[in-house]
Amino acid sequence: MLEVKDLYVEVDGQAILKGLNLTIKAGEVHAIMGPNGAGKSTLSAVIAGKDGYEVTQGSITFEGKDVLEMEVEERAQAGLLLGFQYPVEIPGVKNIYLLKAALNAQRTARGEEEIPAPEFMKLVKDKLGDMKMDASFLQRAVNEGFSGGEKKRNEILQMLVLQPKLAMLDEIDSGLDIDAMKVVADGVNSLRAEDRGILLVTHYQRLLDYIVPDRVHVLVDGRIARSGDAELAKQLEARGYDWVVEESAA
Amino acid sequence: MSEQTFLDSLARRGAKCERQGPEPTWIAARRQAGAARFEALGFPTRRDEAWKYTDVRAIANGEFALAEDPDFSQTVAATLTLPIDAYRLTFVDGVYAPALSQLEGLPQGVQLVPLSQALTENHEAVGGPLGRLTGVEFSPFSALNTAFMEEGAVLRLAPGSVVDKPLVVQFLSRHGKSPVMSHPRLLVEAGARSEATLIEHHVGEEGATNFTNLVAELILERGAILDHYKLQEAPLGDLHVASIHAEQARDSRYTSFNLNLGGGLVRNDLISDLNGQGAVANFYGLFYGQGRQHIDNHTVASHNAPLTFSNENYKGILDDRARGVFNGRVVVKRDSQKIEGFQSNANLLLSDRAEIDAKPELEIYADDVKCSHGTTTGQLDEEAIYALRARGIDLQTARGLLTLAFAGEVLEEVKLDAIAERVELAVAGKLPERFNLAGLVEAAAAIDEQ
Repeated sequence: MLEVKDLYVEVDGQAILKGLNLTIKAGEVHAIMGPNGAGKSTLSAVIAGKDGYEVTQGSITFEGKDVLEMEVEERAQAGLLLGFQYPVEIPGVKNIYLLKAALNAQRTARGEEEIPAPEFMKLVKDKLGDMKMDASFLQRAVNEGFSGGEKKRNEILQMLVLQPKLAMLDEIDSGLDIDAMKVVADGVNSLRAEDRGILLVTHYQRLLDYIVPDRVHVLVDGRIARSGDAELAKQLEARGYDWVVEESAA
Repeated sequence: MSEQTFLDSLARRGAKCERQGPEPTWIAARRQAGAARFEALGFPTRRDEAWKYTDVRAIANGEFALAEDPDFSQTVAATLTLPIDAYRLTFVDGVYAPALSQLEGLPQGVQLVPLSQALTENHEAVGGPLGRLTGVEFSPFSALNTAFMEEGAVLRLAPGSVVDKPLVVQFLSRHGKSPVMSHPRLLVEAGARSEATLIEHHVGEEGATNFTNLVAELILERGAILDHYKLQEAPLGDLHVASIHAEQARDSRYTSFNLNLGGGLVRNDLISDLNGQGAVANFYGLFYGQGRQHIDNHTVASHNAPLTFSNENYKGILDDRARGVFNGRVVVKRDSQKIEGFQSNANLLLSDRAEIDAKPELEIYADDVKCSHGTTTGQLDEEAIYALRARGIDLQTARGLLTLAFAGEVLEEVKLDAIAERVELAVAGKLPERFNLAGLVEAAAAIDEQ
């Protein structure tokens, strides 16, 4: 469903991604790992359409459509959703507004009717329960005054409500204690489906104990240096990244 | 010369009144003083410091008759009236409308009557307080109001009385054949430890182009608590000038919610004199201007006694070619030690052609005080816009949500939910159609109630 071909990306004139290739099929969970500064977060940010990233070469297609031609919101409406490493606080915007506006934007883009209030409420309450979150949270401003763990849960909650075709999760495990990580991992695992792709960006292997990926890619200096199955992540845990870096330099 | 139009109108009014019988001498004398003062001053121009950013030529060059009857369709009035359980005094183009008022069941010790009735019953009791806080010297408009004054609302709260429901004084503006003017008075005497919520509601028919020149005087005795809402929803062609002056005795608390959505030209002068220790004044303001609306708020918190407290938060949202003015003064008199005066003003410009002139002023003549002020003007937070778009919300809706959030920071101070929701809905609905969020707000409120 997602095809990234020979992607070159610059930030402030500095090359970050240098010929990256990646294919994700429906039903697969991919993990992108790598040392700091390798360009892991850049990849998901470019796919989601964040400003400040200049694509100098290559292409990204999603279900056959040219992603780079789409507006930020069009990408999300098409089912490409990014869970942020650092979710932004939006004072005054209630979570319920965000969820409802986002869900309706997606439905409208698909030519569907807006969701009736009772149905929406039921959906949101179910998902809140899954994420072990209190209903009072709906009337709170998006991420305002949330702990690190609450912010990450909120990202997953949005995924559960919006049901993306491709869920990209950037360092979703950072700043989480073990209990929070289990809740988040359960949430992500519940997203696993035959018609959905998941892209995890993570620095540490520990998340992958809870969310077992089908494919693991090691990103080194702007391109994928090595790919493998879940075993590769375990090797990285045991041996670190240096050997991959050295092999790719050779 | 434009002042002459008003003086001629005043002369005609005088001749007519004379046929109806003489007025009490104090009223006649004040009328004369007002007329003389207005004639001497003329309308303010932008050369006057207090009117530097507000051009009143639309008023000065206008021809406004005085309305004579309060005839108004009950059905239309019902759509304009706040749908809340309240005592209600209604004026149509400044004329008292008993048929649209509801004063039954007022608690013991609470009197809410039209000024004309208060004068008939006991004009001397009115003559004492009326004009004491806002005299003819205050501005050309207060002089003009005094010269023309005829109707308005008098609210008297006996010591210790608590009003169970809000008291609404509503001013309906008609879309008539030609523009009219009114010069209403609002006089509140809140006795010691009394408590009330007063809602001043300005609203009217689309297309109306009337001029309202209001003077409100609010006297809070020791320990009195008054919440004063001014909900400005007048038609976009209406012109509105108001002086609101509160006098606060020891331990009294005055809270002003100045929520300005309507009116083509609006100028408010809001003043509180904190005269007794422990007195607290809260000024909360939200103004939303669109089209060519011009909204000017001048506020003064005057700390005339030690241990007095003022807190002000004004937010402005301006779209299209709307213009806003915020001028907030905190004055601390000599020997007013240990006071606290906080003021903040933030403005959001939604269009390149919208404009705000913001001027916070501190005048401190005591040395042991805690004061702060600040004003910011800006656009919406780009990072927050991206975060919303990344969830599929289009740019315009994202901007709308953030604008609503900005207004929300003042609305969360509003104690009456019905008012907060109404204004939130109005702000959502006023957003340009392409990011109209009224439906969303309504749906979320409905869900909240479930």
